[in-house]
Amino acid sequence: MSHQPVFEARDLHVIRGGSLILKIPSLVVSEGEILVLIGPNGAGKSTLLQTLSALLKPTRGYISFRGRRIGSDIPLLAYRRRLAMVLQEPLLFDTTVYNNVASGLKIRGVKKDEIEPVVAKTLARFGISHLRDRSARTLSGGEARRTSIARAFATNPEVLLLDEPFSALDPVMRETLLEDLERVLKETRITTIFVTHDRMEALRLASRLGVMNSGEILQTGSPELVMNHPVNEFVASLVGVENILAGKVIRGNKGTSLVSVSGKEIEAPGDLSLEEEVSLCIRPENVLISNMGSGDTSGTANRFSASVERITPMGPYQKVHLNCGFPLATFVTGCSLSALCIAEGSTVLASFDTMAVHVIRKGQPVDAR
Amino acid sequence: MDLILEGFKKAFWLLISFDPEVLGITLLSVKVSGSATLISLVIGITVGASVALTRFPGRRIVVSMINTGMALPPVVVGLFVTISLWRNGPLGVLGILYTPLAMIVAQAIIATPIVTGITLAAVQQLPGKLRLQILALGATRLQMLWILIREAKLSLLAAVMAGFGGVISEVGASIMVGGNIKGYSRVLTTATVMETSRGNFDVAIALSIILLLLAYLINLVLTQVQQRERPR
Repeated sequence: MSHQPVFEARDLHVIRGGSLILKIPSLVVSEGEILVLIGPNGAGKSTLLQTLSALLKPTRGYISFRGRRIGSDIPLLAYRRRLAMVLQEPLLFDTTVYNNVASGLKIRGVKKDEIEPVVAKTLARFGISHLRDRSARTLSGGEARRTSIARAFATNPEVLLLDEPFSALDPVMRETLLEDLERVLKETRITTIFVTHDRMEALRLASRLGVMNSGEILQTGSPELVMNHPVNEFVASLVGVENILAGKVIRGNKGTSLVSVSGKEIEAPGDLSLEEEVSLCIRPENVLISNMGSGDTSGTANRFSASVERITPMGPYQKVHLNCGFPLATFVTGCSLSALCIAEGSTVLASFDTMAVHVIRKGQPVDAR
Repeated sequence: MDLILEGFKKAFWLLISFDPEVLGITLLSVKVSGSATLISLVIGITVGASVALTRFPGRRIVVSMINTGMALPPVVVGLFVTISLWRNGPLGVLGILYTPLAMIVAQAIIATPIVTGITLAAVQQLPGKLRLQILALGATRLQMLWILIREAKLSLLAAVMAGFGGVISEVGASIMVGGNIKGYSRVLTTATVMETSRGNFDVAIALSIILLLLAYLINLVLTQVQQRERPR
């Protein structure tokens, strides 16, 4: 992957109805990158995409595309024709699937005989060649999404902007489409910005993950970095850190620190200042449970006797809510739960590694990159 | 009863014999109302779509005016077109009063608000984000407008039907600005009024049947197209 910036946004502000709805001091998207932006509804994800695609004029700031400012160095229309955008709804035209997929090329004035092979190839790539002559009105939800994504790809864009294209699809359809998109993105290596509020979707596609809230990008980085080292509690909760525990540093010990959480001591990595208030983030998948007295967890610094408060089915696994003096959640498969004979009210041993604890320091400057 | 029966007989005869005068009146009706509808489509679709897609101060007043215009009384239009085209009127120099051209102008004025109002409603009904999607596909503003109009084609067919229906059946404006001159500006509606006032009910019935048939046939064709395109 080369690192030539495709997009460079600086000091981007969008004000609507007197409210600041987007505030991006800096955002750089490199060639071939798949940047996935996650955030709750109203976080400003769609506004950012619309601004990047020049469909929405920023109140302040500018966007450069391959080093040239859009609007001044590159005319807006020429710029838009180098991108493709897929919105949340398929928004297909009232014509055949073929004509829909060909629409971007027709708009660009491409000759009919040149359009034909491109559309045929794109239809095949998304497995919708058999729908070629069908009216878009008769398509199912999944077929319509495929057609709208194929329409975007047909113009061979330099950048693809996807705004929650799989929302409102059933899980099976979503999975199939996600697989296809993943494959096509790998084949084409197209620079992509993908907006979603689905964490799993984000992790599947992202080469870089960004978390947005209230019009700001709170953190960007590799999916692993954002998942395991969130910059604040909001990012932590959004990336699935179920255990966020407030505590105070009581002791340091050669690269580790002891943090008091509800009277219990948790060993965390790093030399922290005494009396410093911190939040400890522990991903539930990093918490192990075993029956009291069984299993070898002696090498683990953080071991707590815990009572099982609640067990919630979560599809392929169960979420076990523990009380260790502080609340702790973990994921366990149904089989493991049966094998360990764990039920609500049981007493178990909960353990997690020191390195599984991520510390958020209060009042410390945050490097969102 | 005999009067009506005689009327139908005469009407039937006039129809099957292709009476030259009736044929001329019918053709002129189609020509005048067809031209007026075409003009109203060009103006109405452009204005309707533009108003639907833009936000400007006083937009609601403009929309209310368009909606009011949909119920514009033909005699009022006839009156103002006559005054405008009158020898001493602001457009008197054109010298087109009592000509088919004046009838086309008057009928276009009647049909335009109808087409504009229906276009406005049709374009407003399209999904709000469709415009963004079209622009994101690389369309110019003009291409976007054209695609949106194509997307609203079902409703626009209704606009054609309503516009044509409104003008082919109006009599007030046509008689005032056309003068109902035999062989020159006489159309089906004005001829029907005249024959009825003369007591020639048979001819009036024949003309009415032709008028109804004409309106039905044109709407039948448009309905066929509309229903074929209807979402299933």
